[in-house]
Parts: sequence; C-alpha cells; structure tokens
Amino acid sequence: MSAPTIDHTLDEILGLAASHFKVPREKLTPDDDFFKTLGIDSLQALDLLTRLEHHFAIELPDYELQGVSDFRTLANRIQARL
Amino acid sequence: MNDFKGQTLSWQIVNGAIELALHRDPCNEIGSLTLDELEKFAAALSRLTDEAHALIIHSTLKAGFSAGADLRELFQRAQVMEKGAALRGVREFLERIHAVMNALDAAPLTTIAAVHGVTFGGGFELALVCDIIIADRMARFCFPELRLGLIPGFGGIPRLKRDLGNAVVRDLLLTGRSFNVMKAQQIGLVSQIAAEGEALRVARATASQVGKFDRRTAAAAKEFVKPIPYEELKREIDIFCDLYSRPAVEEGLRRFVENEGVQPYLP
Repeated sequence: MSAPTIDHTLDEILGLAASHFKVPREKLTPDDDFFKTLGIDSLQALDLLTRLEHHFAIELPDYELQGVSDFRTLANRIQARL
Repeated sequence: MNDFKGQTLSWQIVNGAIELALHRDPCNEIGSLTLDELEKFAAALSRLTDEAHALIIHSTLKAGFSAGADLRELFQRAQVMEKGAALRGVREFLERIHAVMNALDAAPLTTIAAVHGVTFGGGFELALVCDIIIADRMARFCFPELRLGLIPGFGGIPRLKRDLGNAVVRDLLLTGRSFNVMKAQQIGLVSQIAAEGEALRVARATASQVGKFDRRTAAAAKEFVKPIPYEELKREIDIFCDLYSRPAVEEGLRRFVENEGVQPYLP
C-alpha cells in the first residue's frame, strides 16, 4: 500500500486539530502557527502529537518538532514517518 | 490514619485497595510539600497494608500523572543559598525521596500506577516503583533531565534498567524524548492500556483481581521477581549531586523556569 500524499496528510492533521480543539476547520490553513491558531501551549502540543501518532500509527519523537509551529512543516515531519 | 487529605495528595481505602491521589496544581510537580506528604504516606503504609491488598497511585488533575520534580522550587532555593548549602539540600531531598520510593517499591502489597497525560521525570519515576503500570491512551512518558544537564534523580535509571532492555534505556535517557503508550507497551513498560479517562477504573478492576489471591503468596512472588537495586540507587544520588554542582545546570534550570514561551515541555 502506497503512503498517502502530503496533501492528504495535511488535510487529516487539520481535520484532527479542528475537531479536537473545537476550531472551525475552514479557519485553519497549512501555514498557520498552530500554537497561536489553536491557542495551545506545549503540554497541549504534546497532546496533539500523541493524537497524531495514534491517528497515523507512527512514532514521531518530539525533538523533531523543535521549532516547528506550522501545520505544513508538521505534515512533512509526519509524512517522513509513513 | 486510613484516610488523609493533604495539600498535594490524599489517600483512602476503597474495596481493599489504598487509593493514593495526587492533586497539586498544575501537574503534580514534586517539591518539598509533596515530599512531606509522601513521607506521611510511607509512614502510614505499614498500618494501611494490614487492611489492604493493593495500592493504586493516580492523579486527579487533567494535565497528567505528574510533570516530575518541582524545578521552580529547585532553582529558587538555589538562588538564595550558598552553593555548598544548596548542594547539601539537594542531597538531603534526594535521600528522603529515595527512602519513600524504596518503601513503595518494597511494599508487601500489589502496587499499581494508573497514569494519564504527562508522566515525566520524577512522575515517571514514581510510576516505575509500582508493580504494574496501567496507562490511559493519552499518557506520555519522558525522562527530560539531560536537557537540564542532569540525570533522573528519584531512582529512574536503576529501575528502568531493572525493567527494560539497556538499549531502550539508553535511547530514552540520551535523547530525552517523550513517547506514547503504544511505545511504552511495546518496550514492556506498560502492562495495560485504558481508553481515555479510564485508567483508574481499569486499575480498580486489576486491584480487585489481585485481591483474590493469598496475600502472603503474592508478597513472596513480588519479592522474588522484583529486586530493588539499592547500590545503583545510591550511586545515582552521587552522580546527580556531582552534576548538580556545575554551572550548566543552573543555566538549564534558569532557561526552564524563565521560559515564558509556549514550548518549555518540548525539547
């Protein structure tokens, strides 16, 4: 089975973030700073990371998220693990 | 004292199991007040053990089981003390918390950590003293101490080495990365995974099951399979204190304490 495309991965991340943090999906864009857009701190970011790991059935070490704050870069990090 | 309601933790006996609940905001950081109350619990444990067959440790806070040592207290105390006195204070704190952890580790009843959310550093070490770790699906574990220029100081490395393969221990310790329950179960750390918000219920069901067996047999089985690495635990305190006296640690603690950004818990 081939890996999903980066666009598909990005779309799933945005959908999951919108659903969990109760933000309208249409308000999220790939280049948003997710800390600001979702209004989350680092503990909530770890919560999001855990949900994404479960959703994509991957392990993404948190040091790969150092300095990452936009959905597009996050999607690239996840894509590299699929 | 079968019931206790403290500022950082409380306990009661429910259906033959002692339930030790952690509830110090924001995430059960373990400082001097928590240590005082943990010592009260350790002192009461022999009496409680007469009336219970199991111990469940859990957190009532949404953020998680425990974020570990109270780094703000550690840093702030060091700022107002002469260096030698600060180091002696750290050693005394470690010796006291090790005594509590060792008492929990050796308790002649079945001990269960029901963890969720953040289970970091000293919180992870508290879970590691338990016989069984039951984790909520959203639990996350981490030994972040190397980020501060330290090693885990509450007995984490010897107990992790006791329970897991050394290669895994090196990965977790040397990268300081956090990991989820699937990884934790895969490496043999977590026994059971519970749905979100269900870890305590699963722990209670497990406590009920272990209560069906003869207590003396259960205690003998535990003592046989779970040796306590006393020599390594003492060595850990020495290494921690050697590292603590370096300026790099003060800087690491300062960075954490003074960080007002959104990412202090990310590496």
